[in-house]
Amino acid sequence: MGTGGLIDCDVHNAVSGDEELRPYLSQRWRRHMELVGSRTFSPFTKGYAYPKAARLASRRDAWPPTGGLPGSDLDFMRGQLLDAYPVERAVLNCLFRAPEQRYDAYGAALAAAVNDWQVEQWLERDERLRASVTVPFEFPDLAAAEIDRSSAHPGFVQVLLYPRTAAPLGRRQYWPIYEAACRAGLPVGIHAASTTPGPITATGWPSYYIEDHTGLAVAFQAQVVSLIFNGVFDRFPGLRVVLLEGGFAWVPALAHRLDALHARLGEEVPDLRYPPSHYLRTHIRITTQPMEEPERAADLVPLLREVGADLLMFSTDYPHWDFDDPYRAFRTRVPPDLRRRIMHDNACATYRLAS
Amino acid sequence: MGTTIRATGAVDCDVHNAVPRLSALFPYLPASWVDYCRETGVEGFDPAFYPPGAPLSARPGSRVGEGPPGSDPCVVRDHVLDGPGARYAVLNCLYAVSAVHNPDWAASMARALNDWQAAQWLAADPRFRASIVVSTRDPHAAAEEVARWAGRGFVQVLLPASTPAPLGQRVHWPIYAAAEAADLPVAVHPGVGSANPLSPVGWPSHYVEDYACAALTLQSQLTSMVAEGVFAAHPGLRVVLLESGVTWLPSLMWRFDKNWKALRREVPWVDRPPSQVIREHVLLSTTPLDAPPGLDHAWVDRFLTRLGSVEMLLHAGDYPHWHHGNAPTALLEQLSPAERELVLSGNAMRLYRLPEEAGWAQAD
Repeated sequence: MGTGGLIDCDVHNAVSGDEELRPYLSQRWRRHMELVGSRTFSPFTKGYAYPKAARLASRRDAWPPTGGLPGSDLDFMRGQLLDAYPVERAVLNCLFRAPEQRYDAYGAALAAAVNDWQVEQWLERDERLRASVTVPFEFPDLAAAEIDRSSAHPGFVQVLLYPRTAAPLGRRQYWPIYEAACRAGLPVGIHAASTTPGPITATGWPSYYIEDHTGLAVAFQAQVVSLIFNGVFDRFPGLRVVLLEGGFAWVPALAHRLDALHARLGEEVPDLRYPPSHYLRTHIRITTQPMEEPERAADLVPLLREVGADLLMFSTDYPHWDFDDPYRAFRTRVPPDLRRRIMHDNACATYRLAS
Repeated sequence: MGTTIRATGAVDCDVHNAVPRLSALFPYLPASWVDYCRETGVEGFDPAFYPPGAPLSARPGSRVGEGPPGSDPCVVRDHVLDGPGARYAVLNCLYAVSAVHNPDWAASMARALNDWQAAQWLAADPRFRASIVVSTRDPHAAAEEVARWAGRGFVQVLLPASTPAPLGQRVHWPIYAAAEAADLPVAVHPGVGSANPLSPVGWPSHYVEDYACAALTLQSQLTSMVAEGVFAAHPGLRVVLLESGVTWLPSLMWRFDKNWKALRREVPWVDRPPSQVIREHVLLSTTPLDAPPGLDHAWVDRFLTRLGSVEMLLHAGDYPHWHHGNAPTALLEQLSPAERELVLSGNAMRLYRLPEEAGWAQAD
């Protein structure tokens, strides 16, 4: 780091099991949990359609000696992350399967339980922590209600969505989420996740996790296309969207493509007030992990500048397998000013963190 | 083309010949399918990817006569061969027969379409070359169709980017085996070939989104073909990505290579970094390019270094479509004369084994 503190924009706190949420659920939903439990789009009760690189996608050294899942033990996380690096703030993105529930009311109940659990077990136990509001985003009216409820706690700095949605996120059906996020003054984060109601490419289901993971970048791009051309940023001028764990090397090519198409086909979307790249630069922020690795390391800094010095925010993705170490993630020398913006300043501005 | 660069002697690798109306294919279709089309009121397979009124769908001056733009061989010859002085034009017919669900009907329509291309287009001018249209619904029928036409003026196999299943999957391999045996490249072009949503996150609302997402679909198909081992099983196969942008490729290769380092045990047949596989097997047409306005020499230099080789690029006009602005021309202007010659014709002449003098004789 060398200069000053670090804001880690993507850390995963884990619910070790259903039983951990029981105290935060009403009797009605505790009973539902016992009776039926989780029903998502996954073919399996547990695990993923594509096994990850490692068990629970986690670093092998991230399993706490106390026995819970990676990311479930705050003390252990302090030792491996918060105290090990000069972390000023860390944004928790809990990926518990509340938003993936097919039963809307159960998903909403689980989301509320996760958020109450985050307040009690995380936000109020370490002042460096901030968190994202878990919401049942496929049911936007329920999601909006949860944003209204949870955002009362100052520790929540973002609303959390996943990129592989039932429909593109620019569509009107999702607008209540953006309305609530703006009401609460929170950005909307979209974080890489696997389960999805539809095939994960426009050509159907691939066979391997390497395709799933490589293909996340196109899912994020499709969401950017949708948000911009459906006029979400014109309708919600205060809305900020953070793309988490979707890569960033694709930004320049996509921006050129969208601007060129808008110049030729803009008549179809006459309400768009600016060229697409304007919305990208003004409304969208992107976290760095997994760090792009150009074949020639010297290409990284020009890429960072091409994407935009104000767009990028550092993240480690602790405790996951493809963790980026703050000291080693950049495989080339990054000029101090650019580095400080990426490691610290851009996140402070996006999440309105005092520093 | 622009004023400073003449495409004289160029090979135009992406020209879209259009079927004027469904009944134009009837002379080439078995009587039972003609009856079926008539009695069920089939209205044709014009792809829902180029709305007739959209500026992208037809350049000024291409709407001549009664049929859709690109349906009259004489007009197309004037516009893509005689006008710019091109040496060859490769026809990629986007009539969406591969989106037909019924595998027998789809295969019959594809056969009729290729017969029609041979009779109406390849016979019309020795500078026309065409792509063999196949349906992926029945890969064995597709492979037979490839073998039927190889060398007779057809220079590649054409697949739509939107398919029911990823193109790398083994179900499609008979098509690649046939293409490799016939020494023909396989081209993938944006287009509708299935009922899958046109984006990886569901159906977009606007045409401009559909079109923007076509570049993403090509990325998914390329990822699939490399990861599933198509090039390991068919080392002689070349794949041409048409009309899907070019500048996204370095970012995909970086991400793919990084993931391969960690995840290669899933795909042991990918025994080299994916970027290396891609550079050995893949070419892309330069229209559209997805480049910044006013691209300069420094930009082109950086782009080519990241891409890997100017030998991966093919010149294309995308007639009668009209959306590419001046970026492809601006790219040509920044290349050295030798590089420019490769992009305009040399790469395509070698890829498609085109004879110096137009004609089929040497290709037979």
